[in-house]
Amino acid sequence: MKVQIETMNRGAMMVATLHGELDHHAAENVRGTLDREIEATKVDCLILDLRGVTFMDSSGLGVILGRYKKMQAISGELVVTSLSKPVERLFEMSGLHKIMKIYKDRETAIKALKEVTK
Amino acid sequence: MKTANSMSMTFSALSENEAFARVAVAAFVAQLNPTLEELTEIKTVVSEAVTNCIIHGYGEIEGDIYLQCKILGDSIELVVEDHGIGIDDLDLVRQPLYTSRPELERSGMGFTIMESFVDEFAVESVVGKGTKLRFKKRIRTPQSATHHEV
Ligand SMILES: Nc1ncnc2c1ncn2[C@@H]1O[C@H](COP(=O)(O)OP(=O)(O)O)[C@@H](O)[C@H]1O
Ligand SMILES: [Mg+2]
Repeated sequence: MKVQIETMNRGAMMVATLHGELDHHAAENVRGTLDREIEATKVDCLILDLRGVTFMDSSGLGVILGRYKKMQAISGELVVTSLSKPVERLFEMSGLHKIMKIYKDRETAIKALKEVTK
Repeated sequence: MKTANSMSMTFSALSENEAFARVAVAAFVAQLNPTLEELTEIKTVVSEAVTNCIIHGYGEIEGDIYLQCKILGDSIELVVEDHGIGIDDLDLVRQPLYTSRPELERSGMGFTIMESFVDEFAVESVVGKGTKLRFKKRIRTPQSATHHEV
């Protein structure tokens, strides 16, 4: 099973929406696709919309943290939105919720990030 | 006393089988009427355990994963085993955020997640022989108790 990724560019921002089960099997493809998009678009803000993630485990946490570090390395930012209850629980257990910004949905994230860059 | 209902399966240590393993266990334990939250916890535990066998136990080597699940009253017992490299220092690997494979972007949260999603957890491992994880989890939904006493 593959995780489907839809991306949408909004100036310096990119919204990537993930659909499917984010486990170790899916991780490699998600990592490759997101890294290619980050490099090709040169955006400095990646909004990862997890609304379609129906299952996630610690392999998913690893991919998300990896992309967060990648964005940081290019002085960019990664934020996540639309976490389901179980995904939110994993973020809390691992401390990721203290590292990256979490928004309830993409609209809120886009608005908040626009205000920052204004 | 009713005898335990059990299932076991052996499958190749391939990442394609991670989803298969968690769905198979979820379907088996569905007869206890777990809540959605309990079912997610069980699937996550299976996914973490099986992924560890694949990445750490076998790595590049081919091998099989042995999974057993038993229903005992309102509890489930799960065993996940590999015949891979084994673990040298059990205290070390169970620490939150510890991973021996940071280059694979592992988060090191597998053991922490597994321990917090079950009631009992034990690891047996012999270096060069393999690793066996045992879990016990009580399904707390009131329906499951009545369901099983009938
Ligand atoms: N089945 C196994 N065989 C050998 N080593 C293992 C096994 N499972 C876990 N380990 C070791 O325990 C460490 C921690 O596991 P875990 O908490 O799941 O984190 P991660 O999988 O992200 O590394 C692994 O990095 C590995 O060194
Ligand atoms: Mg793991």
